[in-house]
Amino acid sequence: MSLSPAGALRHSGSLFAMALDVVRTIPRRPFQAREFIQQAWFVASVTILPTALVSIPFGAVIALQIGSLTRQLGAQSFAGAASVLAVLREASPIVTALLIAGAGGTAICADLGARKIRDEIDAMQVLGIDPIHRLVVPRVLASMLVAVLLNGLVSVVGVAGGYFFNVVLQNGTPGAYLASFTTLAQLSDLWAAEVKALVFGAIAGIVASYKGLTAKGGPKGVGDAVNQSVVITFMLLFVTNFVMTAVYFQVVPQRG
Amino acid sequence: MGVEICVEGLTKSFGHQVIWQDVSLTLPAGEVSVMLGPSGTGKSVFLKTLVGLLKPERGSITIQGRDITKLREHDLYEVRKLFGVLFQDGALFGSMNLYDNIAFPLREHTRKSESEIRRIVLEKMDMVGLIGAEGKLPGEISGGMRKRAGLARALVLDPEIILFDEPDSGLDPVRVAYLNQLIVDLNAQIDATFLIVTHDIASARQVPDNIGLLFRRELVMFGPRAELLSSDEPVVRQFLNGRMQGPIGMAEEKDAAQVEQELAQIDDSARVQQLTPRLLPGPGITRPPRWQAIARREAELHQKEVAGA
Repeated sequence: MSLSPAGALRHSGSLFAMALDVVRTIPRRPFQAREFIQQAWFVASVTILPTALVSIPFGAVIALQIGSLTRQLGAQSFAGAASVLAVLREASPIVTALLIAGAGGTAICADLGARKIRDEIDAMQVLGIDPIHRLVVPRVLASMLVAVLLNGLVSVVGVAGGYFFNVVLQNGTPGAYLASFTTLAQLSDLWAAEVKALVFGAIAGIVASYKGLTAKGGPKGVGDAVNQSVVITFMLLFVTNFVMTAVYFQVVPQRG
Repeated sequence: MGVEICVEGLTKSFGHQVIWQDVSLTLPAGEVSVMLGPSGTGKSVFLKTLVGLLKPERGSITIQGRDITKLREHDLYEVRKLFGVLFQDGALFGSMNLYDNIAFPLREHTRKSESEIRRIVLEKMDMVGLIGAEGKLPGEISGGMRKRAGLARALVLDPEIILFDEPDSGLDPVRVAYLNQLIVDLNAQIDATFLIVTHDIASARQVPDNIGLLFRRELVMFGPRAELLSSDEPVVRQFLNGRMQGPIGMAEEKDAAQVEQELAQIDDSARVQQLTPRLLPGPGITRPPRWQAIARREAELHQKEVAGA
């Protein structure tokens, strides 16, 4: 990536141009169902296990922090409420984002990048096939779908991990933990987290595809593209996460 | 019948670096043209510009009355169906076997039944001598086979224009000879417009109707084969003879004084050279009128030479 401001602007411009192309191409028939299913399966298979393994300690850390905090304040009965809130609202979309970008996005970027430098993408265009329609749209949709599903997985595993650590290791009361579950969190938190995950999946898919399709300069170029795609995706995801959280607090009335 | 491509005032640059400028030429319909040039003069870029993969800064490329440099992406995909392109390494899809690779354009663009697709694919694979390798993946076969498979894939949609990006690079001389014969046979059979980008002089002497030479960011010459082969232009003569004396240096260019000195040293007697005979379609191929005329002209030339000797 060039360091000049013009180069950075040009890259952002073409990234957004491609994002628009993707949106415009989604309704075009025939939908590449086969590619979509293959990609969804592929992205899921590279992300499920790491996601589950990451979300257990994540839930545990939150439980530990909250457990000691609530004990100091004498509010042990709210440990469950706080832990669910933290996992559902923030931890699960962030973990999902990290895994989708780190495991799914890199795989997509490396795949497309390798095709690009082997002239496969050019060959496809010459054969009259739009790579956005044929390759990018199914990948973006697949990463969105998997992100939404992963978010559910992270929520469940994270909350279960939190429960385990709070109740078993910190001698919390199971009844109080479960009873306070819904004192702070509400159903709209889950919806908001799923929407976040959907957007994160789209961003990760689009950035990975963009970087893959613009890879150049041989095998090293593919490596660089993968590296940049992860960095750019992370930056975009954290900014988007902040904005979406801020908007959510304005739009949805909070409990308690 | 093939389609004429009319290129006018074409200029392409990457950033500040001009690749070539003001290139104007017409690829006549149904004829074979070769674009020559030292390495790094943007021959492949020229080819990619012709199919609209790269946008030139200036100039126009007119095919069937449409300027493809100004077409919208969607229309461009329509025009590209006229083209068959053989990329340098074949550019096969790595995840598909050869059969699926070659069937791919048919499955995408036509509503042909699977049995009909099978017939066409096997016919094209037979044409390029790949029968028996249908199930192989592109990673499992040699470079020459990948090239031939790429050619078969370029042929399945019966294109009006076929572009070859260095068909002879990385092949042994025997395979190059076979490939050249294949190109000539194909031209006699399907009558499409051919453009071959290469730096193999032997192929350039035998195969085409027209030759063009790119050097120093411009098209030095484009014209009928005989005209270029007997040209006095120093760049053309140096390149076609593959020698060191002349304007083309190791690092692209030399200074004018040195070039003059070198040109003066060349023994002029070496200039009397015979025109290399043209490669004609093989015996099994029915020759269309254009090739019958070429064959007649070649035979006359040959007789003259024999009489002269």
